[in-house]
Formats: sequence, structure tokens, C-alpha cells
Amino acid sequence: MPKDSGFRRLDEAGAATVALEFEGSVLMARSGDTVAAAMLAAGHFSGRNTPVSGAPRGPFCMMGTCFDCLVEIDGEPNIQACMIAVVEGTKVRRMKGARPLPANPLPNGEPSED
Amino acid sequence: MRTETQIAIIGAGPAGLAAADLLAEAGCEVTLLDEQPAAGGQIYRGIASANAERLRVLGTDYAAGRKLLGVLDRPGVTFIGGATVWEVTRERRISYSVGGTARSLAARRVIACTGATERPMPFPGWTLPGVMTVGAGQILLKTSGLLPPAPLVLAGSGPLLYLLAAQYLAAGQAISAIVETTPGGNWRNALRHLPGALIGNRYLRKGLMLLARIRRAGVAHYRGATGLRAEGTSRVEALTFTVRGRTRRLPCATLLIHTGVMPNLQITRSLNLVHDWDALQQCWRPQLDDWGGTGIDGIHVAGDGGGIAGAEAAVHSGRLAAIGCLAALELIGPEDRERRTAAERRALRAQNRARPFLDALYTPAPEFLDPPDETIVCRCEEVTAGKIREFVDLGCLGPNQAKSFGRPGMGPCQGRYCGITVSAIIAARRRVSIDEVGYYRIRPPLKPITLGELAAMDVLDESDGDDPDA
Amino acid sequence: MREAEYAIIGGGLVGMAIAWGLMRCGRAVSLFDEGDRAFRASRGNFGLIWVQGKGVAMPDYARWSRLSAHLWPAFRDELAETAGLDLELSQPGGMHLFLSEAEAEETVGQLGYLRAALGGDYPFEYLGHNATKAMIPEIGPDIVGGTISAMDGHVNPLYLLRALHTAFTQGGGRLENGAPVDEIEPLAEGFRIRRRDSTWQAQNVVLCAGLGNARLAPMVGLDAPVRPNRGQVLITEKVRPFLRLPTGHVRQVGEGAVQIGDSKEDAGFDDGTRSEVVARIARRATRLFPILENVRVVRSWGALRVMSPDGHPIYDRSAHCPGASVVNCHSGVTLAAVHAKVLPGWITGESAPDCIPDYMEVFSAERFRLQAAG
Repeated sequence: MPKDSGFRRLDEAGAATVALEFEGSVLMARSGDTVAAAMLAAGHFSGRNTPVSGAPRGPFCMMGTCFDCLVEIDGEPNIQACMIAVVEGTKVRRMKGARPLPANPLPNGEPSED
Repeated sequence: MRTETQIAIIGAGPAGLAAADLLAEAGCEVTLLDEQPAAGGQIYRGIASANAERLRVLGTDYAAGRKLLGVLDRPGVTFIGGATVWEVTRERRISYSVGGTARSLAARRVIACTGATERPMPFPGWTLPGVMTVGAGQILLKTSGLLPPAPLVLAGSGPLLYLLAAQYLAAGQAISAIVETTPGGNWRNALRHLPGALIGNRYLRKGLMLLARIRRAGVAHYRGATGLRAEGTSRVEALTFTVRGRTRRLPCATLLIHTGVMPNLQITRSLNLVHDWDALQQCWRPQLDDWGGTGIDGIHVAGDGGGIAGAEAAVHSGRLAAIGCLAALELIGPEDRERRTAAERRALRAQNRARPFLDALYTPAPEFLDPPDETIVCRCEEVTAGKIREFVDLGCLGPNQAKSFGRPGMGPCQGRYCGITVSAIIAARRRVSIDEVGYYRIRPPLKPITLGELAAMDVLDESDGDDPDA
Repeated sequence: MREAEYAIIGGGLVGMAIAWGLMRCGRAVSLFDEGDRAFRASRGNFGLIWVQGKGVAMPDYARWSRLSAHLWPAFRDELAETAGLDLELSQPGGMHLFLSEAEAEETVGQLGYLRAALGGDYPFEYLGHNATKAMIPEIGPDIVGGTISAMDGHVNPLYLLRALHTAFTQGGGRLENGAPVDEIEPLAEGFRIRRRDSTWQAQNVVLCAGLGNARLAPMVGLDAPVRPNRGQVLITEKVRPFLRLPTGHVRQVGEGAVQIGDSKEDAGFDDGTRSEVVARIARRATRLFPILENVRVVRSWGALRVMSPDGHPIYDRSAHCPGASVVNCHSGVTLAAVHAKVLPGWITGESAPDCIPDYMEVFSAERFRLQAAG
């Protein structure tokens, strides 16, 4: 996807860098960033397509009240990106519509591999 | 993990921190809960880890908030960060979620200091990626030192708009334009409140200084803008608007919007408290006594969550609630209570001198309470203003019926970004007051919570049983 | 003085369905409804069109429900066409899932009894765990089995109400809303209705005011001993379609959310929610469908069902005040079809005899007086 210029840092010297994955590509963030901030810094302004109409949405309030910044984090769907601190190796993917459910459990009640 | 506390304070912003400080000093045991990992609320967000450059850009008012954090070191104070409160019962039991586990806390007294949220500013295209609130811009600056990509346009009305503009300029950020939507007529209404504001003129001076800084930087400043519309397909590309009869189009990569803040009322609404419509601030606030008492035994409200007055007023409001608690717990006598209350109320009055003037000056433009038909009003369920008007024409009298008819208010934000607009649209269409129309019925969970968490909850005062039909 | 031929008191699913039905019989209808914060059982219903298991103590209620489910597609067609709205009607059958053998045995016994009482015209089948899992792969290991019935299905209850409102308004019905009716006074001919500062004169009155009927019915020589029964329902975030078949406690709605209920509580007139009950509902839901474990509840409902002493409907025409009738039920969705297509004929008394079931008298509130006496 085309990478627009994103938010840029006020102070270039500073916090440790943290490597995330966004839609399979590496994204460099700073320690202390939320996932939403990291995405915006990398130029990703949209993290999902809505279940109602498929319209693109992204972070709006940055304080956990608007629920427009929902993404999939480490396999968990519909997580507010602005409420999660970045950690080395966090895997972020876009939400495309309504969330999926985990694959059907096996007959003995254990969940199958996704 | 504790399940009981003497005093539970929800929200660790200036009101909550100040209340905790006063209570801890009096020897009380206090549990302070906040959804964010660190204390400070939204206004002092990121303050504990702010470096010198950020403090310079954000200004002295922000830096001053640091001293409030001292309360966290006091004995008797427990801070629980990352705690999402999703229920507060009349019996003062708080349900909250930390790290994916639902917990319960019983309190003898509760002070809800939930602060404010940006009031919704709906206009066609406001849901496009790249359109964010001014508050979001501030949070990105405070917590990550991030500046938005140019071209940047700020649109709306209110002191926070100027504050962020000034902070950005201090950081060397280029601002394409400020598109101000303050209706021209507001000045006239505001003038009668000017004398009071001049007495408490610190705010006015600050405001004038911000405006001067913006003017010096040569930022284009459009006034009395109407007909806002954000254009773009997968993200915002331009803002169009009309000023003095001329339509203008400003290309932008980031559009930050703001038209004031309003109290976060989810807890007070869920407790079915009476709320009054504040005509000057154009929002609801709960009915409270002088100590933020709600009429429900043991439950207080303090800070912007009880009515917008700003961070410094919130400190005094928090202290008043704490004084009310001390008196109710009989830890101070009536004389002591009166003395301390009088001191805080004096300080609060001084803080509030400029408020009526500012409120009148920055009363939101009517187009955001009665937007064009095609405007998405409920962002979560993508319900337009036109659809709400259709429901009224079908006989829908209020927002709860509107919910039934077309789902506005049913999404995860639970009406935070649509409730006031939906009520206002219905009021306008019906030609009645918004107070008569009312607001959504709010019930827990006040934030989404997983079924697994709910199922695993150890509910304090009920024996376990699998049959919901019991 | 305003006039009405038929005054319907109450604009929920019951009142609106009857109002529309009467309009389609050529009657002039005025409907009286309260304001935005009224209790409105219609807001809290599950959306099920459900027949199996109902009427064990009154087989005629099973017949009535079955008739309604049977008439639903035609009802939907007419209403959807008039209102231009898709009601999301789906009648693929419904499953009642069991978490214990004892529960299964008891229910299967009851269904067998109903089948016999209805002369065999009562389709259902018991499926063990594996057969149930073949139908609904997502069920949890704790489920011992379920009963499936082709009679059952679901619909979008919100769109149903909206469609009825639209059809009513477009058809020329008069809606008087915003305040409850204060008093109904029987006259020599017709009734005087007092509401706020206004008065209406109506030739006929149909009481469809849910819990409000308890107060209004005696004014017209009728009895409606209904009490509130609270049901709490949890609604989740939108999930990709997985559950096509409605079950008694878990149902996935058209736009993806999963609806989970529900409780039966004697909570007076408190339509709030309680986390003890919510926790129990959640526990049952995750036992029934373990894959819902990490799905988030986005909101909850507490609505007050309208319960008669035996849980069955009340339909009565007043002998003392001819022209007045009362209607109460707690299954406003299931019965919407008969309320729109059959009941109006019973109310007006002008239907062909074979169009009205011959068992309508069992629904009279007289039964409570007889039960109390006997």
C-alpha cells in the first residue's frame, strides 16, 4: 500500500526503538508509543474497514472513547490501538469488517490451530 | 487483589489526584483507578515521562501538573492503572477490567472524576482517516512527541484549538490554516459576561497571548466558517467551507477538529441521576450539591465530569468532594468542613470568573448540532442525520426510540460521539427543547468487555449458580 | 373534541400490529403512545418467532403460536411491500440446546405431550450431541443435545416495529404520542379518552398498553392482571456470520451482533441491569458456545416483559362496555402475524366464522378468576 508521510517526531534523540509488524511489514516505533501512535508515525492513517459499509477508518480521539482505531493485535480482533503500548514483535493487522471467530474447536473441546 | 476500599476514585486526572491527596493526608485509604497506565488524566497525559523539549513545547500550565502526581507516593493510596471501569452500582460496587480480567471493588464512598470528552463535531466527511480531534493531536504530542504531516488544518472553535496551534508553532510545525467556526453573533452574547472575565483576567490574558502568537506566525485564520466538508476517498485530502459568502477549499493531509468539550457522563447516566441542560455550554451536567454529592449515598462527582470548568477548577472540585467524604465519614466536624469548604469555594469562584464569557464566546456553531442530511451522526453504526429526521417524521419522539428504529447509539462508543447530536436533531425536528427530548438510556457495561471476562467474574454478593432463570 | 373509530392504546409491537391490521380491514384508527422513556417491552425482545415448548399448560396457546408462525411469511410480504423495509425474516427452524440430561428429558416429554395434544401436527426432533454438532458446529462439549423444530425462526424486531410505524403512518393512521392515557370513560355509546389536557371520543377502544393495561382495563370493565418480569439481554460486537439457526438463548442478528439472553427476574419496575445476572448469562453463553469467549459485550438491555399469572396471553372483549377489548402477551414478535391478520377480525366481530380460531375464549382473563375461586 502507498506510504504517505506520517506524523514525525518532535525530538529525534530519545527513547528506545521498538520493531512492530503491520500487515506483514516491519514498522519502527518508539518505546512509550501506543500502537495507534506508531501506525500514524508510519503513515498508516486507517486501521480498519467498517462492518457496516466497509468504509476506511482510523484513530480519531486517541483516548479510548471513539472505537474507530480498532485493529487486530497478535491475533486478537477489535483491539483499540490507542490503548495498547507497543512491545517488540507486536503483530498488527487491519480489521476488515466484522470480526471472525476462532476456528471450530475439535471434538474434544480444544481449539484447533488457526 | 483488594476487593474493598474506603474510598474509590475513578479517574486520575486533576480532580481525582487532588481528592486523593486531601483524603490521604487525612489518613484515609484510597484506591485510585484510571484507564490509562499512568496518572494525569488527559490534560496531563504523559507528564511523568515528558522530556525537556516536550515540556517547552507544551507550556508551563502542562508542566505544572507534575506536582499533582506526588499523591501517588502517599501511604494509603493505591493506584490501579489500565483499569477500565465498566459498572458503578448505587451500592458503590465498581466493576472494572485490568489486563483482561474483570474485578470487583466495594467502596464506602466513590468519587467519579471521569473528566471530559471532545464534543462531537459532525460534518460531511468527518469520519475520513486523517480527520482527528484536537485532543488527539495533543495526546500524540504529549505521549509520543509526534507532529502531524502537512498540510495541516485546524478547524472549529474554542481555547483548546488555539492552545494546540500555539504548541505546534512552538514545535516548529507549519499550520496551513485555522478555520474557525465560532459564530459571529457569539461576541454579542459574550459581551455581557466580559466584566466578570476581566476580574479573573488570567485566562483572558493567556487567550490573547495565544492569539497573538498565532497572528505573529502568519497562520491563515478564517472566521465565521460554515458548511464544513471534508473531502477524500481513503483519507482526508481537503477541507471545504464557506466564509463571507465565498467557498474555499484547503488541501490537507491532517485535519484536526474541536468545538469544545463536554462532561463524560456515562457513569452518572447509568446511575439514572438527573441531568440539566446547560444552555451556555450546550451540554448536560448532573445535578450535584456543593461537595459533588449526587443524592445517592456515598457517590460524588468532581472535576469536568460534573461540568466543564477546566483543570485548575477541577483541583478545587476534587478537594470539595474529598471534604464532603471526610465530613460524611465523620473524620472532620461541621466547623472544619465549613472552613475548608469556604476556602475551596473561594478558589473555585476565582477560577470560574472567566467561564461564562468563554462559554458564551465559544458556544458551538448550530450546524454541528443540526448537520446536513448526509452527515454520518452515529459513527459506529453509520446512521446519518437525515435518517434520524426520517424517524422523527415516523413518530419517533426521542433518542431511545431512535435507537430502536435505526440503531444509533448501539455501537461500542455507546453514544459518546453521537448522543448529543441525535438528541439535538430530534429536538430541532420536533421543535421542542433538547431537555424535553432527553438522552439515551445508558446501562453497564460502560465499556465493552468480553463474555469470558463476565463469565469468570467473582461477583461479590451473590452465590454462584449457572441458571440465569433462578 | 377529537374523534376516532378505533382507538388503540399503546404503540409497541402489539398495538402497532393490531392497528395496522384494523386499518387493512378498512377501519379508521388512532393510536395513542407514550414518550421516549416508557418501559416498552418491545425494545427488549429477542426477535424470536418461537413455537416449540410454548403452551404446555394450555395447548391452545401452542396452536395460536403455530398459526402465527405459519402466517408470518405472508404478513412479512404485505408489510415489507408497504413499508419498503426488509424485516430479515428467517424461519430455518430453531434449536433449544440442553446442558443436562434432566433438562433434555423434561423438555422432550413436554414436546411429546404437545404433539399428542395437537393431533400430531407439531414437528420437532431430538438430536444428541453429535447430531446437534453436525447442525451447529460451534456448540460446546457440555451440550448434551437439542430439540430442533421447523416451526421456529427469527426476525429483526426493530425493523418490524419501524415497518409497522411506516405502514401505519403511510396508510393514514393517526399517531398521538408523547403522553400516557390518563382515563378512559365508557359512555352510552363509545368511550371518552382523556390524555393530558385533551379529550377524544372513540367508538371502540383496544388496550395494548402492556403493563399499563393493569390500570386501564378496569376502566372498561375488563381485567388485565399483568406484572413485570425482567429479562436481561447482552449484545456483542459484530461478528462474521456463523449462526444461521436461532437458539433459545443465543441468536446472531442480521448485522452480525450476537444476542444473548436472557433471564427471568422478578425485579418490579426496575429495568436496569445487574452484574450478577449478567455474569450468569455470560457463563451459560460460553458453555453453549465456547468460541464466544473472547467476543465483547457492547451493551446490555433490561426490559420488562408483560407477564400474566400463567404466562399466556389475555384477549378479552368487554361485556359491560361493548367496543372495548384488551390484549396482553409477552411474545409480541411471534404473535405479530396473528395480531395483524386474525385478531382484528375478532375485535370487530366481522370476520367470517372460520377465520377466527374457536379457542379464543381460553385467553379470557376470566380464567384467573376461576382459578382463584376453584
